[in-house]
Amino acid sequence: MSLGPHADFIVASYGVTVLIVAALIGWIAADYRAQRRVLADLEQRGVTRRSQRTGGGAT
Amino acid sequence: MAVIDLANPTRFLTLVDRVLPWLAALTALVFAYGLYRVIGAPDDYQQGATVKIMFLHVPSAWLGMMGWGVMTVAALGTLVWRHPLADVAGKAAAPIGAAFTFICLITGSLWGRPMWGTYWVWDARLTSVLVLFLLYLGMLALYWTAEDPNRSARAAAILALVGAVNIPIIKFSVEWWNTLHQPASIIRMGGAAIDASILVPLLIMALAFTLLFFTLHFAAMRNEILRRRVRTMRMMQASGA
Repeated sequence: MSLGPHADFIVASYGVTVLIVAALIGWIAADYRAQRRVLADLEQRGVTRRSQRTGGGAT
Repeated sequence: MAVIDLANPTRFLTLVDRVLPWLAALTALVFAYGLYRVIGAPDDYQQGATVKIMFLHVPSAWLGMMGWGVMTVAALGTLVWRHPLADVAGKAAAPIGAAFTFICLITGSLWGRPMWGTYWVWDARLTSVLVLFLLYLGMLALYWTAEDPNRSARAAAILALVGAVNIPIIKFSVEWWNTLHQPASIIRMGGAAIDASILVPLLIMALAFTLLFFTLHFAAMRNEILRRRVRTMRMMQASGA
């Protein structure tokens, strides 16, 4: 596949897009792990939400 | 599970945990097929191989606008129906929409340099998309600097509704003003002005990008629900409840 005389611009476009999407995925995945870790730590210390005590499901 | 049950964050989390792996797998599959079709797509008779940038630029432009659309619906959910997940959905959509708008601006510039001879012109389409990106940054600043999500929700919803005015301006800017940016070539009266050999891979890539948007949005909504749980539990711990 030949990318012609403007190959640099095409490669840069795909490179930047991959970088931004990868950063977004990485940030969301890291945030999920962080929130799970903090929640587990709080639960281990015996902190529970009111809904957990009553069996409900509010935020 | 009835749709109304999804208003309950715990049930929504259960659904997301079940759906997310399948959605992620489907996204990867459609992207793989889309990129295969992009590699096989012919060069454009005017743009040459530079048309390959359009397979990224056009879907990211659509998603930048769709992200604000999601935030607008979420804003109505917050202000009118006070839906418990509405602000969560709006906050989760903001960074994703901002990222796709940024990709749109960067890939547009990288296409413009070889095709127009310049990275940037202050024409109505480019400027209105830049305004959209700045609105996203304002929204992120609002969300990330507010300590209490209940306080930021109302302000963010109003900003989303005000910013929604910019979406039709972006769409119709190429018709209302003389712009260097080309007029609509896909969603227009009389059908698409692009040959099927390029249009089909473009639509497959648009589907892949849309699936990616919703995969990330669901994952970000799950994070936001967990973050609010952490906040509630910390407050209860601090108050000794």
